[in-house]
Amino acid sequence: MNTSVKVVTELMAPHAVRNAGMPLNLDLIADARVNLSAVERRAATLTTRRSIKKEWQAAWLIKALTCIDLTTLSGDDTSDRVTRLCAKARMPLRTDLVEALGLEAMPKVGAVCVYPTMVRSAVKALNGSGIPVASVATGFPTGLMPLKLRLAEIRYAVEEGAKEIDIVISRATVFSGDWQALYDEISAMREACGEAHLKAILATGDLKSLRNVYRASWVAMMAGADFIKTSTGKEDVNATLPVGLTMVRALRDYGEVSGVAVGFKPAGGLKSAKDALAWLTLIKEELGNHWLDPSLFRFGASSMLGDIERQIEHYVTGRYSAANRHAIA
Amino acid sequence: MSKVTEILKTMDYGVAPEANDQVLAWLSSKQRQFKHFINGKFVASADGAQFEVLAPATGENLAFAAQGGKQEINAAVAAARSALRHWSALPGNARARYLYAIARLLQKRERFFSVLESMDNGKPIRESRDIDIPLAVRHFYHHAGWADLIETEFPDFAPVGVCGQIVPWNFPLLMLAWKIAPALAAGNTVVLKPAEYTPLTALAFAELCQEAGLPHGVVNIVTGDGETGALLVAHDGVDKIAFTGSTEVGRAIRNATAGSGKKLSLELGGKSPFIVFDDADLDSAVEGVVDAIWFNQGQVCCAGSRLLVHESVANCFHNKLKARASKLRVGDPLDKSTDIGAIVSEVQLQRIARLVEQGRAEGAQCWQPEGAMPSYGFYFPPTLFTGVAPSSTIAQEEIFGPVLVSTTFRTQDEALQLANHSRFGLSASIWSENINVALDAAARVKAGVVWINATNLFDAGAGFGGYRESGFGREGGREGMTEYLKPRANPRTKSRASSVTAATFSIAPTVGTATAGIPLLDHTAKLYIGGKQTRPDGGSSYTVFDTKGKAAGQVGLGNRKDIRNAVEAANAASGWSGYTAHNRAQVLFFLAENLEQRGDEFAARLRALLGASAAQAKAEVAQSIARIMFYAAHADKYDGAVHSTRSRNVTLAMPEPWGVMGIICPDESPLLSMISLIMPAIAMGNRVVAVPAAATALIATDFYQVLETSDVPGGVINLVTGDRDVLTKTIAEHDDIAAVWYCGDKDGSANVERASSGNLKSTWVDGGIARDWQSLAGQGREFLQRATQIKNIWVPYGE
Repeated sequence: MNTSVKVVTELMAPHAVRNAGMPLNLDLIADARVNLSAVERRAATLTTRRSIKKEWQAAWLIKALTCIDLTTLSGDDTSDRVTRLCAKARMPLRTDLVEALGLEAMPKVGAVCVYPTMVRSAVKALNGSGIPVASVATGFPTGLMPLKLRLAEIRYAVEEGAKEIDIVISRATVFSGDWQALYDEISAMREACGEAHLKAILATGDLKSLRNVYRASWVAMMAGADFIKTSTGKEDVNATLPVGLTMVRALRDYGEVSGVAVGFKPAGGLKSAKDALAWLTLIKEELGNHWLDPSLFRFGASSMLGDIERQIEHYVTGRYSAANRHAIA
Repeated sequence: MSKVTEILKTMDYGVAPEANDQVLAWLSSKQRQFKHFINGKFVASADGAQFEVLAPATGENLAFAAQGGKQEINAAVAAARSALRHWSALPGNARARYLYAIARLLQKRERFFSVLESMDNGKPIRESRDIDIPLAVRHFYHHAGWADLIETEFPDFAPVGVCGQIVPWNFPLLMLAWKIAPALAAGNTVVLKPAEYTPLTALAFAELCQEAGLPHGVVNIVTGDGETGALLVAHDGVDKIAFTGSTEVGRAIRNATAGSGKKLSLELGGKSPFIVFDDADLDSAVEGVVDAIWFNQGQVCCAGSRLLVHESVANCFHNKLKARASKLRVGDPLDKSTDIGAIVSEVQLQRIARLVEQGRAEGAQCWQPEGAMPSYGFYFPPTLFTGVAPSSTIAQEEIFGPVLVSTTFRTQDEALQLANHSRFGLSASIWSENINVALDAAARVKAGVVWINATNLFDAGAGFGGYRESGFGREGGREGMTEYLKPRANPRTKSRASSVTAATFSIAPTVGTATAGIPLLDHTAKLYIGGKQTRPDGGSSYTVFDTKGKAAGQVGLGNRKDIRNAVEAANAASGWSGYTAHNRAQVLFFLAENLEQRGDEFAARLRALLGASAAQAKAEVAQSIARIMFYAAHADKYDGAVHSTRSRNVTLAMPEPWGVMGIICPDESPLLSMISLIMPAIAMGNRVVAVPAAATALIATDFYQVLETSDVPGGVINLVTGDRDVLTKTIAEHDDIAAVWYCGDKDGSANVERASSGNLKSTWVDGGIARDWQSLAGQGREFLQRATQIKNIWVPYGE
């Protein structure tokens, strides 16, 4: 970990400015040290040290809902399917539940996340909702396409109306320790994004070691990533708390050096309301309350919403709910 | 604004209380009046005496418990005694079934015990639920296994008998489990006294014993305060005392049991170092600190309470620590989001506050997070002192509260020097991502338990216990079982008669006989200290006589200053402990070789001084040579173990030498017994200050000539001849001697045990019972075990 800087308890203001990045400075990551067993122990007690019940749980689940990048990334996606998903994004919770919770308005999800060819449909379907469309790009999920094409794909998605681009990194650069190449690639992608925010998917399940995760996180942030994201959802292992903890620590360290708050997005394998609470707890404990905001935190998930709806209905009625009582996407 | 909308703004955790209605109902069902558990029944104190049990979270009354007195202790010990015969005679498998049943029952009532523990002790429910109770359950399962294996794994051992066990208030049920499980597995019966602050889970456990159908009298629980404990310690019917608690009380127990023949294990205080090197994963080390000193409100004997941090990362680390500590939640122990609960009692709270004030007064910088503390109950915030000088009170005293004191170091050597500069030696936590740094520090730190890149990991399968004034004996694993076993009685041991030949330590000239012709050149035997023949400090010698009463020669009359010099020489010879086992073996083999060369001379000496027959003398010399070879052979074979504890972790159980040992040799078989005692000690890497049998001391002074020719480095074996009682006293009192073995008489044994309480050195005394040195009783693993202490090193791994 970077040890040369001062730690501040509550860092930067919420995400007003984008991460401009900084020149690649390998000194900041050369001594990266992450102890797997110790990180696992911390991750294991993060959730056992905190319990969120009753109205607090309901509120936290609403917060989680607003941080969801409602996602469909399947080979069988169609325009209609995406349109349905967008309708759900606009109305993620039954109106009677919204009323029962006393919310001022229908909550909205953080974004809808689709393939580039689906962006146009999504933008159309979300028109006027204020919900941004995020698009994966750069040869998702493997990234094994010529750089030129990957950059072209970004530009295409942006032109189609995507406000956020979820790129994948070249894992090979991490294995070979070619941080310069990784930095250059992401910098180029950032440039291709233009006004759109860049979320860098590290594919941590492929990187294997937490030191790799920590270093790749730093290089992505130095290259100007607005968010760092764990997984494509297609690796063998997706978002785990130890990986999340490592990325969040990298984020914190980067913030201390740069003064900039970078967003974090765990993705893949997040299915339950309980998962949502665990991740929010991680964020609150390690980064602080101001990170509990869709501008700095997102879940990449598709099925988590359904469980959140059921748990909220349980809170309202006291009865366990069923999936078919809530609209599907 | 709705409540949910409000919470969305604050994103607070809210309250999450653990339900305690079941425990309250249980307390009510007893009218909140608790009795002792003696011989399978709950009985009040004969005089009706009671004491109040408070809830630390609120300071309010929780219950009343019976104050045990003489009558209750007598009854409990008698019950344990009468249950012993049946219980110890049960097949191990039968005892295993009982222990298994207890484990199961406890597991089925984990929630009940967790809540009760948190209410009684004030610890957060997260800890009692996730740590205390599961570990207690695991302890009973593990020892159910030992009960089953006892006959095959310890065939030469028998249970000790009736065990008096005194447990502290910081982990009431877990410490009960650590005490009762191994005792019962080995076939002992117990009288346990819980701490007066926290007797309730022990009494609930008594109900589990009933539920499990445990035979009456096998487990007896007498509640009360220190006086009750003292009665138990002093009781003649108790064969062993196992104590966990403060060093001060441990010392008193050592004194009280001196000479009683009671086996003793002490698990005492600590001021354990938490060492953070500049190449550590600092964020993880911060979490380590949380688990070290902000666990159980810092009321942990092995708490990493002394932070030693590399200068170059100290500022950064302190800042990270402060940021982290600011997130800790202090409050209601039954709230599931509480990190730091209540201090066990007002007395403890005041003690912590007083020491913190003293720390401030002595100039260290005190930091505490902002944030409200509960307005009732006994709470103390997480506290960090920086800039703490090793000389300050808070760097030396065990605070037993959530107070961390931080000192910086420049180099690894300095880190270890600071770490080891303590009277205690319970545990150490070492943080470095460099395997060389971490393992080197683990090897050099003086502590019974070492965690690398971790802290406060426990498992029933690993030994736990301290070095130095943190006590002796181990709990858990195979090491722990031996504390509750004793070697089966050897029919050939016998009470030692008075000395074979009484030495007279007259320094006056003795009557000589005129010799015809040219006299023999006077041979001057001296002391052997630091590899040199040294004149005694007092400048006097005494005469050793042969069996005919004729002066056989004169040897130095050592005094306390000679012992002092010998200990210093032994300390200086610390390099011996770093020799490879192979090298030590080679030195011992060479010693055997050289003794054999001079065998006839030693045989002649034995004949002259003891009146032994030629055959007897020859046999003793031959056996002495064989014994040296036996320990030479063992030098590189008596080694440690890897305990099966957690996954992706090795827990190394390494036998380590004590350092400097005092050995007081018996009169019988003077050559063989001296060798039988010294050789296992030095084979394991100890340096020895030995007092040879006085009346036959010329044997020892002959022996140093063999040492001189055998590459035994100076200071490894020091021989101080003289009055055993005088020299023994100095040795037993010496604070720089870690262990003492004493062969002599009953009173001498008692004196050694009493005097040892100064630095709580480990003692092994024979109580005036002579061994048959010629037999196998004169050698074996017991000697090697006694010559070492086990260090458990936890090494989690994985990338």
